[in-house]
Amino acid sequence: MAVPQAREPFQFFTRLSLQESTGLRAATVPQLLTCLKTVPGSVIFHHTHHFLQAHQYLTPEPPNDFAYWVTEVLGEKVLGEELASIDTVQFHTVRALRDRLVETIERSLRARPLLRLRRAPLNEALYFMKSISVVLPTDSRATNLQEFAACLETVTIDSLYYHIFEARLRLEKERNDFSCWFEESLGETALARAVNGLDPYTYTMEELRQTILRLVRQRIAA
Amino acid sequence: MTVTLESYEPIVGRQLVEELRLLAQRVGSRRIRHVNSTAVGGGVAEILTRMVPLLQEMGLDTRWDVIKGGEAFFQVTKKIHNALHGQPLTLSRQEIQIFLETNAENSRTLSLEGEIVFIHDPQPIALVAKKPRQGSRWIWRCHVDVSDPQPAVWRFLRTYVARYDAAIFSSPQFVARLPIRQFLIAPSIDPLAKKNEELSPETVASVLHRLGIPRDLPLVTQISRFDLLKDPVGVIEAFRLVRKSVACRLVLAGGGATDDPEGAQVLADVRTKAAGDSMIHVLELPPGSDLEINALQRASTVIIQKSLREGFGLTVSEALWKGKPVVASAVGGIPLQIAHRYNGMLCHSIDGAAFCLKQLLNNPAYAKRLGENGREHVRHNFLLTRHLKEYLLLMIALEHAEDLIHLPVS
Repeated sequence: MAVPQAREPFQFFTRLSLQESTGLRAATVPQLLTCLKTVPGSVIFHHTHHFLQAHQYLTPEPPNDFAYWVTEVLGEKVLGEELASIDTVQFHTVRALRDRLVETIERSLRARPLLRLRRAPLNEALYFMKSISVVLPTDSRATNLQEFAACLETVTIDSLYYHIFEARLRLEKERNDFSCWFEESLGETALARAVNGLDPYTYTMEELRQTILRLVRQRIAA
Repeated sequence: MTVTLESYEPIVGRQLVEELRLLAQRVGSRRIRHVNSTAVGGGVAEILTRMVPLLQEMGLDTRWDVIKGGEAFFQVTKKIHNALHGQPLTLSRQEIQIFLETNAENSRTLSLEGEIVFIHDPQPIALVAKKPRQGSRWIWRCHVDVSDPQPAVWRFLRTYVARYDAAIFSSPQFVARLPIRQFLIAPSIDPLAKKNEELSPETVASVLHRLGIPRDLPLVTQISRFDLLKDPVGVIEAFRLVRKSVACRLVLAGGGATDDPEGAQVLADVRTKAAGDSMIHVLELPPGSDLEINALQRASTVIIQKSLREGFGLTVSEALWKGKPVVASAVGGIPLQIAHRYNGMLCHSIDGAAFCLKQLLNNPAYAKRLGENGREHVRHNFLLTRHLKEYLLLMIALEHAEDLIHLPVS
């Protein structure tokens, strides 16, 4: 049987990033809140996502930077847990994610006003960074599901990260790039839905790769 | 063995090496210049020795020059270095003159023509006076902890830093108020260097035997210069708290005592503190003891780095790379290398260090998991290849104002 060909090939890109300082820092929860309200979206994106790459091999992964700092440096476990449990996958824009972080902290400060007195030790302030991302095409291109699986097996974690996280949230697409291509170029609606239904924040990057590969291979075998 | 980019493939994967080549293509024909103050010795020279040939191998026109200066110049730069670390020192008018004249002389003799010029550390900082108005981007790469500098010396340097296009710091705490873009690029270790390469168990055993370290009990080790800021006496105190309930040995190994009067005093204090205790081994290692350091780290059960202040603290990455559980102070660049309880343990006091050491010595399975996580953390974040990648990215980023840079299909 002929292998179904895509209307458009899937071009794998990779995204490589560099950290640039914003010069802003927070040593208390109120300072964290002020900064969260004003920093550029690339800063929010960096601090809620960079751990996925920096600690891509860990199970369980550490939570986002805000939750880690509040828990480990300020010793504030309740707010730390609330920040860690924000379900990032539910947000389609960085703006909406920022609003939720702000709401969570404001609610905690209202409920427990003494929280504002906690202060990070010298040198353990939270320093706000932004990600400068350079996106460039790789040599990997797929015109059908078999080729896609072969590419996905070998592309870097950075490439996977770009197509799953960055394209969706930072470029404000409703879905990740893979699901878009499955549906729009191959008519693979069920596969698109299955991949889009994964919560990528609860996997290590390698597990995520294997999970998507499994879904694609199941479809090829069907 | 000649080290090429390909030599890193088994360690970091073929794809990463491919990405480096892709990035290098995008940097293209831009000429890259590195200038620092020493060709051998010290972390900067160590990194450039390996990095420059790799950039050249990728087809990039890269040159590395070293400035020349007399004894008086290097006395001034040592003073600047200490002042940046917070010591209450000021520069006399004559010292400033020596510093600027040496920089001016070097700017006349060095060829600084290039599209991307990296000036490393404060010694050659004033070369920026030669920066052309257009056509090149100059980057000041600061490897020093400037989180709490002596203000007058920093004000003097700042007038030069502000003339660069960008600055690079190793850790967020070191970022300063500057009118230029500031990037964070951590230093790195080279997995293929003698200090980090794989060693057979036989080699480790023979080095330990030669150094007179018995392997009958778990080993706790701190590798560091004998320097007050590395707190070796604090390590002994923590060790003594641990030994009340766990049988183990302590190794304190490092150099830096022979040519440094302060270091000699610290070593003497350490020896006094350890006197008569057969479980504490104090080793003064000569320069170039890379094999010994490598073997000691590999033979250790737990590595400790109880610094009071730290530039970046790459000994932590060296230990993590060897899969060792590490207890380290949360200072300088160490919290970037250790996420507490995920790939190591951070402490803030002697009691805290002792508590973490006991936890790791009494829970080998947990210690093993932290060590394994630590090795992966270093693989992804603190090896030379990541450093190289970020330098290439910086060269591209400096030509764009936006945060998300799309490079078209070439």
